[in-house]
Amino acid sequence: MDCDKCGKPAKVHLTQLVGGKVKKVVLCNECAAETGVTDPTGFALADLLLGGGGEHGVATAIPRPPGQGRACPECGFTLDDLKRIRRFGCGACYEAFRDQVKDMIRGMHKGASHCGKVPDGLMEMRQRKLRLGELQERLDQAVTAENYEEAAGLRDEIRQIEESMANSETPS
Amino acid sequence: MMRFSTLLKHPADWMTGKGADNAVVLTSRIRLARNLAGVPFPGWARKEQRQQVLEELRPTIEGLSCMRDGFSKTLDSLSSVQKQVMVERHLISREHAARGEGSAAIIERRQEVAVMLNEEDHLRMQAIRPGLDLSSAYEMLDAFDNEVAEAVEYAFDPELGYLTTCPTNLGTGLRASAMLHLPALVISDQIGQVLQAVGKIGLAVRGIFGEGTESLGNLFQISNQSTLGESEATILRRLERVIAQVAKHERNAREKLLEDDPDMVCDKVGRAYGVLRHAWIIESKEALNHLSLIRLGGDLGFFPEESVLMCDELLMEIQPAHLQIQNGKKLGAEERDGIRAEIIRSRLQTLEAPDIHTIKKQEGDDDSPDLGIA
Repeated sequence: MDCDKCGKPAKVHLTQLVGGKVKKVVLCNECAAETGVTDPTGFALADLLLGGGGEHGVATAIPRPPGQGRACPECGFTLDDLKRIRRFGCGACYEAFRDQVKDMIRGMHKGASHCGKVPDGLMEMRQRKLRLGELQERLDQAVTAENYEEAAGLRDEIRQIEESMANSETPS
Repeated sequence: MMRFSTLLKHPADWMTGKGADNAVVLTSRIRLARNLAGVPFPGWARKEQRQQVLEELRPTIEGLSCMRDGFSKTLDSLSSVQKQVMVERHLISREHAARGEGSAAIIERRQEVAVMLNEEDHLRMQAIRPGLDLSSAYEMLDAFDNEVAEAVEYAFDPELGYLTTCPTNLGTGLRASAMLHLPALVISDQIGQVLQAVGKIGLAVRGIFGEGTESLGNLFQISNQSTLGESEATILRRLERVIAQVAKHERNAREKLLEDDPDMVCDKVGRAYGVLRHAWIIESKEALNHLSLIRLGGDLGFFPEESVLMCDELLMEIQPAHLQIQNGKKLGAEERDGIRAEIIRSRLQTLEAPDIHTIKKQEGDDDSPDLGIA
């Protein structure tokens, strides 16, 4: 990843809470030294990035030593690994490093978004899974609240979805 | 299940160009890269995770109707020479041959569909057809891919498409390529120009074994590079059009060579015949280059038509791992060069010297008969 200020390879990763929102900045060693971000006291990310403004809240800069970097929550693959081998650790890495992906694929392909084949039934399967999770949660709540009538209805609905999923998974 | 010896004994029809016009475009190949959702990609997965992917995918693939009586082996159960033979037949990649435990190769009995498990991605599938026929190869693999997708959940993102280890394969995961024999473009010095033009429209040109390999025997592979931002149909259409154009250039160049400088063509083909017919020690590279000229001669009518097929078989048989497996032992480079020359001599025994006299006479006729130049 490149330095947000000058575009050289970045070494310092910063995460900061600004007005309740997480902001991330990466800098090269020179720019980091220049802005004094390696000194965790009294540094405001928003000033650096947004050119000043009074809306920043708690200023806690967390400089990360080189060799670490953000990691994929699913597989632990880090940003550093990505920069080193230019490959990903798992499907979830693409979500975790979405910004980097955009930079990486610029110029690599004819476009930035997929317009080809979509696996059969994948979208449908996802929606069903989401719906199942939702129903399961409501069922748990109904049972806790001893609302057995509602629970029975929910259980039937869950069973129905599970059956239809099982059917579509077995090729006829 | 098919044994390795059966696989070895029966090269696929596409390898020898049976049933298609393969004088210029030898084969058309489609490759799809796929991964399972929720499991790290092979390069990042732990050993148990790779094993788990293999245990899930292998029976699934083997169980598909088209894989009945096919070939299926884990890579640690194959010797390095056996794996190398499969590379030489384009059934697995060089990268895959370097793998062992936790990876497998599954091949359909006509060898038109081949699957690598835990290569760079969990699933790399390919379909190959003889001649220029990318669309039917794609149709075949597309149907296969649909069957697999019914049984497993692929890693897929609505924005980025099929998720792959390397971002160069994102989106469709589709790499389509064709193998072309372009001796006349090389002889007439037009090859650089043609390949540059192909490169300019974003297609890649490589040697016969893919990425990072040099061109041998005037064989070139042309493939798409971009996999994201266009549909499969658009990618295939462009590639097929460009390949057809390059093939036409080659055809024209062959015709023009015969017209402008028949003596030079006859000399080249005749010399190649002479060397192959009488050499006792021959390196792979030299053999491939001479066989390329015999193949050209076959297409131009210097030799009977079947000689093209014979060349394609020889191209495969004289490669290092093929020689070693035929001889049942590891051979040094010098031993291989001797055996290679012997195999070529024996195959060429039945091939008569080029019919140069007829060719030159035909060429003088105005109502000249078909020289095999369409």
